[in-house]
Amino acid sequence: MTKTEATQQPKDAFSIFLDELRRNSLTVTILAIVTGLLAGGLIAAVTTEGVYAAFRVSFFGGLKAGLMVFWDTYRALFTGSVGVPADIFNALRSGDGAAINKAFTPFFESLLQATPYIFAGLAVALGFRVGLFNIGAEGQIFVGALGTVWVATSLKGLPTIIHVPLALLGGAITGGIWGMIPGWLKAKTGAHEVINTIMMNYIAFRLSEYLLNGILRDPHKSTPISAPIEKSAWLPRFFDDPNRFHAGFFIALLMAFLVYWLLFKTSWGFELRTVGLNPNAARYAGMNIVRSTVITMFLSGALAGMAGANEVLGVNHNLAVAFSSGYGFDSIALALLGNSHPLGVVLAALLFGFLRNGAIQMQLTAGIPIDIISVLQALILAFIAAPAIIRTMYHLKEPKVTEPTLVAAKPEGK
Amino acid sequence: MEPVLDLRGITKRFPGVLANDHISIDLMQGEIHALLGENGAGKTTLMNILYGLYKPDEGDIFVKGQKLTIDTPNDAIKAGVGMVHQHFMLIPVFTVTENIMLGDEYLKPGGFLDRKKAAARIREISQQYNLQVEPDAYVKDLPVGIQQRVEIIKLLFRNADILILDEPTAVLTPQEVDELFNIMKKLVEQGKSIILITHKLREVMEFADRTTVIRGGKVIGTAKQSETNQFELAAMMVGRQIELNIDKKTAETKDVVLDVKNLKVLDTHHQVAVANVSFEVRAGEVLGIAGVQGNGQTELVRALTGLTHPVEGKIHLLERDITHAPVKQITELGTAHIPEDRQKDGLVMTYSIEDNLILNTWYKAPFTRNVILQRKVILDNAQQLVSNFDIRTPSALTATSHLSGGNQQKVIVAREFSRPIKLLVASQPTRGLDVGSIEYIHRRIIEKRDDGCAVLLVSTELDEIMQLSDRVAVMYRGQILAIVDPKTTSREEIGLLMAGVVPEAH
Repeated sequence: MTKTEATQQPKDAFSIFLDELRRNSLTVTILAIVTGLLAGGLIAAVTTEGVYAAFRVSFFGGLKAGLMVFWDTYRALFTGSVGVPADIFNALRSGDGAAINKAFTPFFESLLQATPYIFAGLAVALGFRVGLFNIGAEGQIFVGALGTVWVATSLKGLPTIIHVPLALLGGAITGGIWGMIPGWLKAKTGAHEVINTIMMNYIAFRLSEYLLNGILRDPHKSTPISAPIEKSAWLPRFFDDPNRFHAGFFIALLMAFLVYWLLFKTSWGFELRTVGLNPNAARYAGMNIVRSTVITMFLSGALAGMAGANEVLGVNHNLAVAFSSGYGFDSIALALLGNSHPLGVVLAALLFGFLRNGAIQMQLTAGIPIDIISVLQALILAFIAAPAIIRTMYHLKEPKVTEPTLVAAKPEGK
Repeated sequence: MEPVLDLRGITKRFPGVLANDHISIDLMQGEIHALLGENGAGKTTLMNILYGLYKPDEGDIFVKGQKLTIDTPNDAIKAGVGMVHQHFMLIPVFTVTENIMLGDEYLKPGGFLDRKKAAARIREISQQYNLQVEPDAYVKDLPVGIQQRVEIIKLLFRNADILILDEPTAVLTPQEVDELFNIMKKLVEQGKSIILITHKLREVMEFADRTTVIRGGKVIGTAKQSETNQFELAAMMVGRQIELNIDKKTAETKDVVLDVKNLKVLDTHHQVAVANVSFEVRAGEVLGIAGVQGNGQTELVRALTGLTHPVEGKIHLLERDITHAPVKQITELGTAHIPEDRQKDGLVMTYSIEDNLILNTWYKAPFTRNVILQRKVILDNAQQLVSNFDIRTPSALTATSHLSGGNQQKVIVAREFSRPIKLLVASQPTRGLDVGSIEYIHRRIIEKRDDGCAVLLVSTELDEIMQLSDRVAVMYRGQILAIVDPKTTSREEIGLLMAGVVPEAH
């Protein structure tokens, strides 16, 4: 098919801008989030007994009750994840440090929740970029946490400036090795990494139980839990209790920048991305697919391992069985939401962090079960994965089809 | 005389594209009417409208004087219009009879298939039109040329009078092409009419009665064969004068660059694809490898470029053993490779032109310094190559997927030719390209030869092989049957070799 002059009508800048905006997949992402939030509120209303009772009395009463549940849900979600605006305002006006700290605590707690998501999301996103599906982030988080706890409890008398990096490195290396094993199996034998990373998860869970019941166990405790880590290995906190915000957040941002730099600014990244986009062309160009696969799975595992390290060094200060509640699995969804781009991952991780933190508050004050947030996250992802739903709902245009002969039909020759 | 088929003012718009712009064509009874145009000119769109796969936005279709609305292929068949697609629509595990009667089954009482009656009718048709097929053979066991006959019989079985053949020669050997045209002649003698869609000038000149040239969705002109010539048609097709024959000097051959001895290569199914192949390519010559698709050319090229490793034999490049060398080393020794499937192997389609232009030199200075990609150098390089190699694109940052096939191929050629090379391995370098791009790429290849580069050209297009090569090696079933001089060997002789027929020694 050929493009001819007849079809090229002049357009004003505004309509071009609108066209571009409507085609933008970012628009789809944002609309998916908004739609997910609306649908989540609807589900909250539909699953509340009181709403039905109100409907039995009168239709408008029911409608009002439903809207109230909707409102309460998201007000609780907001105050739980960001803070109470009035409290923040009053605290700032009073100038009382403790009050300010308390008012801002929900906000910083959300950042704290987002931190392991950033690490684990980067892990999965890096794999995606190289065409590898690392489903094993959860296991790598556990193994990374084991490595970290070992460094953080066994080395004593070190200054913080040395002990913290060593402990982080311990988590990164052990997590990295855990990721590298399926990578190496894929490169050498062709065994699919999806299967093997899942299997490595089970091994990791059992390994952590074994070690926490064995050499890592605190003998003074009745439950399988590690000894508390050395104070020198604590990630520094910035505020007084109850604000637990710590330096891990900034390390996560630094990692996001490093992943971005590696992928898009270096020749290594060029090789990795090429392998991910078209392995045949990569082979043709003389790139080393085996090496790329193994290195990527190591780095991916290392980032996931750092998520585990972050929880041990920044939040828990010890390691218990089943300490990670699904960060590794959520991070797969999160990497998709963030379009496998480091910046997208950071934004998606923040969203998940705020939702997760707000959900706790929502359950306490509005009585809405925390599982609504899981449903909401699932809905958002379903909309992202099936953009056609969003496009149909909001009458968005199809993204521009790449027309192979777009440039061909310019009149050739002199 | 009234035309059997008359298309008047057919217009079809796709979003942003005018695929057919008021196209009018008529077909007389007993005529072979060629529809000539480059890829993307709108030929296939037009035929899909005629076949009921698309609905025209404007225009009317008249069959034997009657205005028709064709909404589905069934309407087309009822009106006596049948089409043989470029990719055959046959079921390999069915017999010829089953394939032909599919959709128009003869039934016995009780709803059982009457294969005998159908087979009898097929025999009748094959006798009438001299289309030899075995009704009980399985399609998967038949060579491509015979499969095509099955497709044609399928149309005759449904009493089609107007046959549309879409690029029917793309998959055939030269002999099979001749046979096909004998069949076509027989068909028109018996009153059928044929539309032949093609982009090959030679076929048009030899076999068509009239030719309509389409460019950019418009009819450029219709000409009787007796009143036109190849050059005029080519100019109409491309929109400017083009050189069909490449002027080339006699080769000044020098030292051996590529030396292949007793090579044996397996394909991906571990079957022997290349057996005991030996040849050499010297600096300053083009060695053409002729052969029908699937006779081991792909595996040979993969072995020479390091993408696979031979199980026996030796490959030397400039006297260095590269039999088991990795791709990167072979590239660094000065090998350029134009891969047979440009989109699968040669390009990352979502990458910009600038990134595709450094695809196999990305790690080297000046593109990379201390592992940092030098974006400015990469862009400068791209802008220079875009202008040197006449790549038609809005910008060097445009994604390669937005380019036409010809311009995509130019990106590969620009990349491979812009570094110092000793050996060029060009596999199907002009497959699916328009005449203008073919001419351009041919000229560049000959330029490289004249610069003293050794060129190995692998192509299934005999015309291309004959035009560019200084020597021609013919591959058949993994072996090189002969290496001949194209100046003293006829197309027919090479065609016979391509079909595996070795001339008796005198």
